[in-house]
Amino acid sequence: MTRYITNRALQGLIAIFGALLIVFVAQRLSGDPVALMLPMDASEAEFTAMREALGLDRPLLVQFAIFLGNALTGDFGQSYQWNAPAMQLLLDRLPATLELAMAGLFFAVLLAVPLGVFSAVHRGGFLDRSAKVFAMLGQAIPGFWIGLLLILFIAVELQWLPAYGRGTPAHLVLPAIALGWYPVAAMTRTLRSSMLDVLESDYVRMERAIGLPERTIVWRYALRNAAVPLVTMVGVYFANMLGGAFVIEVVFAWPGVGRTVVDAVFARDFPVVQAGVMLSAVVFVVVNLLVDLSYGFIDPRIRRG
Amino acid sequence: MLRVRDLKTYLYLKRGVVKAVDGVSFDLASGETLGLIGESGSGKTMTGLSLLGLPPKPAGRIVAGSIELDGRELVGLDEDVLAREVRGRQIAMISQDPMTSLNPVFTVGNQVAAPIRAHGLAGDRSAIDLAIHELERVRVPSAAERASDYPHQFSGGMRQRVVAAMAIACRPRLLIADEPTSALDVTIQVQFMDLIEKIQADTGAGVLFITHDLGVAASLCHRIAVMYAGRIVEMANVDKLYADPQHPYTRGLLDSVPILGRRQKRLQSIKGSPPDPLSLPGGCAFHPRCPHAMDICRREAPPMVSMPDGGQVACWLKVDSTA
Repeated sequence: MTRYITNRALQGLIAIFGALLIVFVAQRLSGDPVALMLPMDASEAEFTAMREALGLDRPLLVQFAIFLGNALTGDFGQSYQWNAPAMQLLLDRLPATLELAMAGLFFAVLLAVPLGVFSAVHRGGFLDRSAKVFAMLGQAIPGFWIGLLLILFIAVELQWLPAYGRGTPAHLVLPAIALGWYPVAAMTRTLRSSMLDVLESDYVRMERAIGLPERTIVWRYALRNAAVPLVTMVGVYFANMLGGAFVIEVVFAWPGVGRTVVDAVFARDFPVVQAGVMLSAVVFVVVNLLVDLSYGFIDPRIRRG
Repeated sequence: MLRVRDLKTYLYLKRGVVKAVDGVSFDLASGETLGLIGESGSGKTMTGLSLLGLPPKPAGRIVAGSIELDGRELVGLDEDVLAREVRGRQIAMISQDPMTSLNPVFTVGNQVAAPIRAHGLAGDRSAIDLAIHELERVRVPSAAERASDYPHQFSGGMRQRVVAAMAIACRPRLLIADEPTSALDVTIQVQFMDLIEKIQADTGAGVLFITHDLGVAASLCHRIAVMYAGRIVEMANVDKLYADPQHPYTRGLLDSVPILGRRQKRLQSIKGSPPDPLSLPGGCAFHPRCPHAMDICRREAPPMVSMPDGGQVACWLKVDSTA
């Protein structure tokens, strides 16, 4: 197990290094920053002086080494817009994103688990077919559209819940539903199919043969076996959401990482964009590592391997 | 103790109806072992599952017949009642493949304790103690420690013992053993058969032993019922059946098994192959493969005839000889 964790952690470091490399190269490909910074009529000497001051005259490898060193300390430069450290800017907004991601995921799991299980148990029945239609809708309709509809009907027409912003738990409801909309669909289908496999297994037949109540078999003995692919999905979606639920955060004016990065893109605030990419990468690696570890708690066969 | 009469379990598939069990009748006494033998697809397993009221869903259904256990009719009982009062409590089953019959994410102690808890024989804490006791009974070494291990940490033979412990945990009156040894090595097979005999001696349960292995059946069973295409074609005491098989199919089966120490020119195989379950031949289902087939065999299914020595056989040859 220790070796397994070490391996996965090393793989994660390689992935993060890859992301850093891409960010670095993309930065050099986006043109000469000095040309952006200096006025049009600046002299050649001023250009050279500026390049020297920024270290842009040094070999690429050296520049990369400096970039790596800075990245390791979390330094991605100053935001042009806010005149604050780029990474710090994002980290300040991470709690809001974390809150939204957890709420969205909670909503998704809360709905997907019963839907998936009932669909499998009553395979081909009314509920199964309804869930299938629901899942197709979920995967076909983009989250921002659902978000707009929710704002229109629930917030504006019925005035039940606030339409935008962050503050009270009520503010959280609509964005969480919009964010969880797509995962519900995917998780329901995944859980349904893994549950169907488990319900046809020999051990479930054996559990029936020793007279366990069907409810106990489904919810206690079968669900835990069927949950492994679901946990994988939860992890992937969670990582995605943490990296910034870009569209939903914009639609609901949620002050999180996603909206800040989108703003930075429009403002050409490159340090913030780069910090956002790196934050995404790190979060992805860490969450996946946690997901891998969680398999061990569900399935003892993985624990030993 | 167990009285099965004219049991019919059909599978309603898209392609047609399979008469998996088609009019099976037999009795089984406490402490007795009845062997149910036949080829794959002859309806042995389906007979066992029907006794538990668990024909495969949604295709399978018990369509007719009666299963009486200690005088109580089980066919038509409510699903909840079957689960609560019959399965695991009065009738239990040891399934075929020990590698897949245990839930991989729960400890074996938990799984053996599950029927004890479900049938209210003990609370949570003492159910585990009882489970350890059952594991000891089926001779799992250092059962107390191993109860907190998971199935993948056990060998195939040990897993089959765990399955047996689950099955006998509530002292069922009837134990159905569905090919419990076919997935095991030969030496482990012998140990496991000894174990079943011991369980039977301990608990006085009747055992329905389902197998395709004539040797295993001979060493364990008191009586043998031979199944072909969903019906019992011959039933007799084990010595009698092996010494003097009455049905041509039984004879064919016995001729196809090598016997240690006997010189034989050549093993005989039964001509042809088992019939398509979706379209069984009319009359006696065995007639296309039978060396003695007569006109009447093609037209009409033979009735079950009792032989003077207590055996029963369903063959027109025997109808003529006794009439």
